[in-house]
Amino acid sequence: MNSKQMKRARAGTLESGDVLVTIEPADALEIKLYSPVINQFGDAIMRSVREVVESFGVTSGTISLEDQGALDCTIRARLATAIRRSFEEEEGVDA
Amino acid sequence: MKRSYLFLPGNQPTMLQNGAVLPADVLIFDLEDSVAPAEKDAARELVASALRSIDYGRRGLAVRINDLEKLYVKKDLEAVVTAGARSVMVPKVNGARTLHHVAVMLDLIEEECGIEKGRTKVIALIETALGIEKAFEAAMSTPRVEALALGGEDLCADLGCPRTKEGTEIFYSRSRLLLAARAAGVDAVDTPFTDARDEEGCYADTVYARDLGFDGKLSISPHHLRPIHRAFTPTEEAVAFALEVVDAMERAKREGRGAVSLRGKMIDLPVLRQAERTLELARASGMLTAETEGASL
Amino acid sequence: MTRQTKVMPSLGEAIRQSGLRDGMTISFHHHLREGDRVLNSVLAECSVLGLKDLTVNASALMGCHRSILDFVRDGTVTGIECNFMHAQIGQAISRGALEREVVFRSHGGRPAAMDRGESRIDVAFIAASAADGAGNCNGKQGNAAFGSIGYAMPDAEHAQYVVVVTDQLFEYPLIDASISEESVDAVVVIDSIGDPLRIMSGTTRVTRDPIGLLIAEQAAKAIGASGLLRDGFTFQTGAGGTSLAVAQYLGEIMREQGIVGRFASGGITGLLVNLLHEGLFETLLDVQCFDREAVLSIGEDARHGEISATRYASPAAKSSVVDHLDVVILGATEIDTDFNVNVHTDSNGVIMGGSGGHSDTAAGAKLSIIVAPIMRARMPLIVDRVGTISTPGEDIDLLVTQYGLACNPRRSELASRLECAGLPIVSIHDLKAKAESITGVPTRSTHMGRAVARVISRDGMLLDTIAMIED
Repeated sequence: MNSKQMKRARAGTLESGDVLVTIEPADALEIKLYSPVINQFGDAIMRSVREVVESFGVTSGTISLEDQGALDCTIRARLATAIRRSFEEEEGVDA
Repeated sequence: MKRSYLFLPGNQPTMLQNGAVLPADVLIFDLEDSVAPAEKDAARELVASALRSIDYGRRGLAVRINDLEKLYVKKDLEAVVTAGARSVMVPKVNGARTLHHVAVMLDLIEEECGIEKGRTKVIALIETALGIEKAFEAAMSTPRVEALALGGEDLCADLGCPRTKEGTEIFYSRSRLLLAARAAGVDAVDTPFTDARDEEGCYADTVYARDLGFDGKLSISPHHLRPIHRAFTPTEEAVAFALEVVDAMERAKREGRGAVSLRGKMIDLPVLRQAERTLELARASGMLTAETEGASL
Repeated sequence: MTRQTKVMPSLGEAIRQSGLRDGMTISFHHHLREGDRVLNSVLAECSVLGLKDLTVNASALMGCHRSILDFVRDGTVTGIECNFMHAQIGQAISRGALEREVVFRSHGGRPAAMDRGESRIDVAFIAASAADGAGNCNGKQGNAAFGSIGYAMPDAEHAQYVVVVTDQLFEYPLIDASISEESVDAVVVIDSIGDPLRIMSGTTRVTRDPIGLLIAEQAAKAIGASGLLRDGFTFQTGAGGTSLAVAQYLGEIMREQGIVGRFASGGITGLLVNLLHEGLFETLLDVQCFDREAVLSIGEDARHGEISATRYASPAAKSSVVDHLDVVILGATEIDTDFNVNVHTDSNGVIMGGSGGHSDTAAGAKLSIIVAPIMRARMPLIVDRVGTISTPGEDIDLLVTQYGLACNPRRSELASRLECAGLPIVSIHDLKAKAESITGVPTRSTHMGRAVARVISRDGMLLDTIAMIED
């Protein structure tokens, strides 16, 4: 997927139980995690993030997650949406 | 027994999570009206992810997809069917054509994904004048249709009439939809009550729909589940009578008779069918357990 | 003979007259909740007077009291004792802001400690919305009316010197004196004891959260099936949204079955006032008012009585209201598989609350019910061992969650009653596993810092210590 041009993209919200994912183009891959449950689930969240990132073949970009206590399935979904959007896959407003 | 169909906004993680414990008979994950156009992709991803990983128990799971005018439909269907949705609610159904399209897409998706053909059912949401006129045709369009549901808000906008709490303006449409559903042998689901804070109003509205013959009711708020279920809970007298009817008819059957007298009244097949429906509702509302049923028989 | 007037021209003068010296203990109540101005004003005055090394003993420290941290920094305050501490102050304490350990008691344990002589109050500053020049006072009249003044009553009784602080002086005698002149040394009139709008802060409305309502409905059903719900029933519930919803659903059951309760007690809200008016309860025993309806009611309804913290919950009293309780509804930030409950610290071990009347009512009531969701956002409720023991598990009988009800194994007869009523009884271990199947299993870091607080049981024993958080 890295062959395509990556752009800044976001997905999710800052509501409780959600996570706001922001992707910025960058030369190297960097993951930033802010979470109220970082002590309890920081490792688990990072594992999921890496899994999703790998499944999309993403090898660069700054991915930051502002977690509000989201469940794993939510984190995966928001991250996937952000990555798709970053590669202009979203259909956006009614085409 | 499907008495209550609760809409869950597809782009709200907490609501999707809450759905796992809310006592709705059917959960409808909404990708349509409750999701902003720019968030359709996010909601689709979120709903699919929730369907894959959250344990929703034994209740019915449906997804309301976007209407066919939009380009998301195929993506919606692919995402949710592969994630395990057993039903899709198709909005703005205006006759058979809409549902033929959906059925063709479902055929393809099911085949591609190795899902048993025809497994994914369809709930047709009827919310236009044309839709009401063609409700029966829609219900008969594909064997996938399991229910017709009424969308009163959009319908009133189409009819050009105010939508009132009493709902006199949709009386004919309700009856018409019910007839179509019954004639086609599918469930009839009533329009949602729209005031989330008015639980008594929801109860009265549900009693009204129940007495018209509706099987269940759509709900836009978890606060409506209690009044809906209360409305569909038969009285203890009705349950006791229904148990007697079933008992009497079983005796009649053993004795080779088609009808029997109970408390001086003739009991026959239509009465038995009503009694069985009452007992089904009683079971759904937890009034009857295998134990109590055995004891009273 | 001529009597010296008790009315002092200023707070400073009252403090000087009181003989307050470095190292002494001053006390406050929290009936003005987030609107209180008295604690901050007194501390500011003490600081100006150059007093050092004071211990503040307050029934609770709210968010509006966070300026106490300034007076900790300048050395005015070096000791804190309270029954509840708002997270805004708790965070600083947890990071070591205070050298000495905070002493946490319960609403019943605080007056008991005074009775037993373990806790000495040198000067009590008692905010009152109405007072006369001799110190007769209450919280029912005046512009800043806050209702019951129950938590201050033991202070008036035990303090060496009692200062009543008011913003509305009434003609002598104030007839309805909750605290009477016999124990008051001085009266000070200040501009404002508190912001009436903020006095009524807090979660005092029935929740609209569907999960909270689901839990509340199950809890009410459990009370209905417990065998305790009959005429003469006695009940207490907190002011949290879910706890209030339990009272609402319980009201429905009582209405349906024609049951009349004897009393509801504790912190009183408009919801309980309505149940009183409807005749579902005969009396209210009020140690603090949570909202305007409660404040109005306690001022005009003889069936709505004011009680002191001692009468409410003190284990040192010859008897107290909590000993007459059938059912209490309580919350929890954490509960462990032995049913120990934590309401002091959050999942990271940071101070954010306190017992209040939690451990008192749990010890007194025949049936103590915890209502809580099995997780908040991603944080599971049930843990192997709570971060802080606020209420020992032996006093907790039932946990009600959205995934079922768990009975303390010590209460097997209760479990079978509830099961017979068709309620979903599960083991607390199963509930824990269920939550972890949704959230994942949390990893827990161990906090090895020095102790920043001690939790004292209502009987005066050390229940637990709270360790410093090192970032």
